[in-house]
Amino acid sequence: MTPISTGSEWTFDLIDEYDRKIREIAVGEYKLDAYPVQLEVITAEQMMDAYSSVGMPVNYHHWSFGKHFVSTEKSYKRGQMGLAYEIVINSNPCIAYLMEENSMTMQALVIAHAAYGHNSFFKGNYLFRAWTDASAIVDYLVFAKAYISKCEERYGIDAVEELLDSCHALMNYGVDRYKRPQKLSMAKEQARQEEREQYLQMQVNDLWRTIPKREKDDANKAQPRFPAEPQENLLYFIEKSAPLLEPWQREVVRIVRKVAQYFYPQRQTQVMNEGWATFWHYTILNRLYDKGLVTDGFMMEFLQSHTNVVYQPPVTARWYNGINPYALGFAMYQDIKRICEAPTDEDRYWFPDLAGSNWRDSLEFAMKNFKDESFISQYLSPKLIRDFRFFAIRDDDEEDKLEVSAIHDEAGYRDIRAKLAEQYNLGSREPNIQVWSVNVRGDRSLILRHTMHNRRPLDEGSAQEVLKHVGRLWAFDVKLESVDADGVVRQSWEVKSTLDSLHA
Amino acid sequence: MSHIIDRRLNGKNKSAVNRERFLRRFKAQIKEAVSRAVKGRSITDIESGEKVSIPVKDISEPVFHHGQGGVREQVHPGNEEFIRGDRIARPQGGGGGGGGGKASQDGEGEDDFVFELSREEFLNVFFDDLALPNLIKTQLMGVEELKPVRAGYTNDGTPANISIVRSLRGALARRVAMAAPTMARLGEAEEELDELLEDDEDNTLEVREKRKQIHSLREKVSSIPWIDPFDLRYNNRVKQPKPTSQAVMFCIMDVSGSMDEQKKDMAKRFFILLYLFLQRNYDKIEVVFIRHHTSAVEVNEHDFFHSRESGGTVVSSALNLMADIVKKRYAGSEWNIYAAQASDGDNWDSDSANCGRIMEENLLPYCQYFAYIEITEGEPQNLWYEYLKVKERQRHFAMQKIRNASDIYPVFRELFKRQPSNRG
Repeated sequence: MTPISTGSEWTFDLIDEYDRKIREIAVGEYKLDAYPVQLEVITAEQMMDAYSSVGMPVNYHHWSFGKHFVSTEKSYKRGQMGLAYEIVINSNPCIAYLMEENSMTMQALVIAHAAYGHNSFFKGNYLFRAWTDASAIVDYLVFAKAYISKCEERYGIDAVEELLDSCHALMNYGVDRYKRPQKLSMAKEQARQEEREQYLQMQVNDLWRTIPKREKDDANKAQPRFPAEPQENLLYFIEKSAPLLEPWQREVVRIVRKVAQYFYPQRQTQVMNEGWATFWHYTILNRLYDKGLVTDGFMMEFLQSHTNVVYQPPVTARWYNGINPYALGFAMYQDIKRICEAPTDEDRYWFPDLAGSNWRDSLEFAMKNFKDESFISQYLSPKLIRDFRFFAIRDDDEEDKLEVSAIHDEAGYRDIRAKLAEQYNLGSREPNIQVWSVNVRGDRSLILRHTMHNRRPLDEGSAQEVLKHVGRLWAFDVKLESVDADGVVRQSWEVKSTLDSLHA
Repeated sequence: MSHIIDRRLNGKNKSAVNRERFLRRFKAQIKEAVSRAVKGRSITDIESGEKVSIPVKDISEPVFHHGQGGVREQVHPGNEEFIRGDRIARPQGGGGGGGGGKASQDGEGEDDFVFELSREEFLNVFFDDLALPNLIKTQLMGVEELKPVRAGYTNDGTPANISIVRSLRGALARRVAMAAPTMARLGEAEEELDELLEDDEDNTLEVREKRKQIHSLREKVSSIPWIDPFDLRYNNRVKQPKPTSQAVMFCIMDVSGSMDEQKKDMAKRFFILLYLFLQRNYDKIEVVFIRHHTSAVEVNEHDFFHSRESGGTVVSSALNLMADIVKKRYAGSEWNIYAAQASDGDNWDSDSANCGRIMEENLLPYCQYFAYIEITEGEPQNLWYEYLKVKERQRHFAMQKIRNASDIYPVFRELFKRQPSNRG
């Protein structure tokens, strides 16, 4: 076979040709199941645009996106960072951006990495299947953008901006962690939106229902709680129950909530997703080389960039900044493949089901059915722990020194694995804050409760700031309590309502 | 089959709106940065972007996150020497070792958020302060005016630009060149025909043959087109910055003790505005700085704004010095002379009349425009009244009392108004 190309310049024909060959390998030989692909060639500036609107092709306007744009542009112009050579959008068809500055090798790498790696992950992984609807997201964002700019026209940029600020502050708490969400659909959204406005406004009136009814009986009973159970989805609760929000404001809250929900799986599958894409670009491009379709020069350029991506600096390095998800993910998939193909005795002991199985099937299973946390606790092998020389440090503020609690030895493997998995558990990484109660009978104040985990406190300053945002949305007094394992309130914050501009 | 789309041509500057929202939100900080920059910059260097830094605290988007304390366990790669149960001193400075992914959040308030304002954005903010009308803003911010200049000929262009002489000359040359071989053969053939005709032998057949040949050659020559698209030449014009003459700008400022930093800063804005205006209209601008108290000296920009003097004030000293400099260095008609004077209004009583006289006799006849601002809260003093008299008689003299930056523009109103007719 002759190589597809020898130079480093790309052309549309070459991209097409590479894409065909890569598809042949990815879909034909390795049976990757992916959405149709749409490759879009863009300039560096457009890449920065895409960056700052969190990678989405359309998004509503907000100053914070401008801030990201400004800072990306700055560091790019100073040469402090190269732009990531790829952005890929979880949509159907899957949109992958190719930057025009890239060489042909890099374009091929991006196609393999994004258009087939990430793409198949989006389509296969259970979280994405349950939480996002690839075919609807772009439409939904078009709807959201139009809706929000309509609100800006009608109610003023400032009012909308304030509202969005407050919603963004709670974005991480706008997700149903345990309940399966409804799928998005632009048509339905628009059709139901009017209806919903009316309906919601009626529902909220529950809070206002203060006409005393059969008071004699009630006096003895315990007051009914509202909400009946603590609510984990703060934005949802606000959307449905904040007493003074206008219908359009509820709709904006809902938009932010939906966007948060769309990104929720990405935050939980960083290692898996990047590892998967990296594993596949590595496998596919090597296969291209084996078939004689690419030159030695191509491989050298590719490998150089690949090794940079999967490099894990040790903790002692000055530029150490936590665990590199590309490195860990790539190593884990490679390791699973190795365990399937050439298991050692140790592997047989640790992974009896995996050892000797068909690597492609096992890999597919691993990709589909886990998130970072469970993926690590299921598949991190002793060999990898040794390779990475992982060790755990316990920082207890009641002790005067840090303690090394586990290292890469026989006694530590399970420990390390559990601890590393915990590190990727969003539930423990982010403070657990829920809606505790609303004083329905009295001043309608809202109480949020932070349940402390491992005695870790909330950051004082930011908690107060975020609470102000909650107060703005709720429009009555808002209180936040940190409760430790014994149910004792350790810290508390309060924001008095001022009925500010949001409800003017 | 994948779909490949070239998006490079559409959707540039998608973030422009977001950027503008961002600037809008931090207007206060940006304004402050701009006025700081104006203080720090030379007045001839006002037209570039500016770095603005905003404290991270103001710009951060707060989210709930964990603070220091409690129990934290983290797994790190690259263990070298530790074994289980080792106890290590806590690294100083909080985040340090255990920072990990949260480093950016824990490290609040470390660095300011720094970004660049573009030239347009910078000027916009600057002009906002001065309350410039929009028309003036665009005039000042606009790019240089270009004038088309002849630059030879090109092979393509619009029909209106066809150069007839050049095109025909080219056509002639082409016709000569293309016909040359045929013409040579035609000449030969005609000669041969002549020979044949002179011969007495019976050669009608050959003669007819020759005639036929000559005929076809003639036809060939005449079929060469008289003019061909290939011959067309067009006048070429390139845009060159409009050549304008040169100007000199005199900045005159009272530096007596009563002029404090704030007043000087106001004066600086006043000078900058005049400079920007001149820059639009002249290719070359020289700036002369004259400061005075009881006596006047010519100084460089730094000394002009930064060194302090005290003592009384004799304004005429500065006017005299300016008149001298004009006579010595800018006498020719090729210089357009502009002057801007800033003062707090103090002057020796007996000197003011003097000033009016010098102004009218020695300065205004040579000046295009003379602008005077009095930065003061108090009652006008005699210099003001003296200048008022001058103003009545001279159209190109402007004066204004200034309390804040937005009062500056009216001084120049006349100047900006006259500009279009100047261009003519």
